[in-house]
Amino acid sequence: MERRRFLQCLAWAGTGLVWAARGGVLSATPLGEASAAGADFTFAQISDTHVGFGGEANRDALGTLRDSIAGINALEPRPAFVLHTGDLSHGQKPGAFDTLAQSLKAVRAEKIFYVPGEHDVAIDGGQEYLSRYGAGTYENRGFQSFDYRGVHFIGLVNVLAYKPGVGGALGDEQLAWLRRDLEALTPSTPVVVFTHVPLWAVYPSWGWTTADGEQAIGMLRRFGSATVLNGHIHQVLQKVEGSITFHSARSTAFPQPAPGAAPTPGPMKVEAGELRRLLGVREVRYVEGTAPLAVVERPLA
Amino acid sequence: MTRRFLTVILATALALAAVADAATPRVQIKEFKFVPALLTVPVGATVTWANGDQETHTVTATDRAYTSTGLEPEETYAHRFTTPGTYTYFCALHPHMTATVVVK
Repeated sequence: MERRRFLQCLAWAGTGLVWAARGGVLSATPLGEASAAGADFTFAQISDTHVGFGGEANRDALGTLRDSIAGINALEPRPAFVLHTGDLSHGQKPGAFDTLAQSLKAVRAEKIFYVPGEHDVAIDGGQEYLSRYGAGTYENRGFQSFDYRGVHFIGLVNVLAYKPGVGGALGDEQLAWLRRDLEALTPSTPVVVFTHVPLWAVYPSWGWTTADGEQAIGMLRRFGSATVLNGHIHQVLQKVEGSITFHSARSTAFPQPAPGAAPTPGPMKVEAGELRRLLGVREVRYVEGTAPLAVVERPLA
Repeated sequence: MTRRFLTVILATALALAAVADAATPRVQIKEFKFVPALLTVPVGATVTWANGDQETHTVTATDRAYTSTGLEPEETYAHRFTTPGTYTYFCALHPHMTATVVVK
């Protein structure tokens, strides 16, 4: 790859987000611009590594993953942990989980928490993913919660009950678990939910929605600060709804078009000079139904 | 070789091709759609799906009775239908892609 093109790839390739908690309020900064001054703690989010992807949109997805990891490792202070919001592999290509594990060994963080994407479970219903990442999650089913310095974190799985014609789904059992999990918390507890497919209806005709996501969102409304992090759509998108803030993260592997900006949601090939158009995607404001929604995109790293 | 003999060979070949077409119906995956979305085949037919997209897709029964692996561009997957019925399937990576095979 010629150097100029390579640098452009680095420019658009997701390099993760770093999150800083200050008094229970979270703020996100693209890696490389991170300033964690005054933070109680920080953690990083990495998403859609798609190990095994070899399409035109990025012939070196492992290289851009390495770059993302370097970005995490350059953070000061060191993030308390890393969240991977799914699509670890690209369609469960043989060896992809091993390759990812090998790559992520380089991450300087205490722990990496995972939730699966549909690419990690589509072929075998989640058998391999759960055998590798199920330990420590509720009944080995991939969803989990933990507390870190006063913040309650919840990892939800919305790809194991994928609904044909719809998109992601949590399922009644997971929703019941979530209700129980949240019950004991006071409304002042900051809550962070991380999952793969957006919980809200970003773009249902592309399946960018969680069928029963609204039920989970409803349970978060009583909290003074709730943050929902997801991947799946390979672009930065933010929505604020009352006290709940939704953030979609970029992929480390390839970009996807803005909702409705292309005939299909397939990988978006970024040509030289096309970067500006991609940057323009940041300006998209998405309005759902009759209520105006503030969708504010974060700048690219 | 006589002209008549050639004609017989040609006719036989055409007949065989017709049989082969009926026995190996194809579904094209194009622009995140299964084409045709509704396919009717006789009992025992083997349906072949071909991925004509640049994106990875799967062919997955709604009831998960069968599934392809992730099909890369130009890859194909075949499944034989042995029992009459209406079978819906989708792409497990893009669940808004749905289609049906009717086996008669």
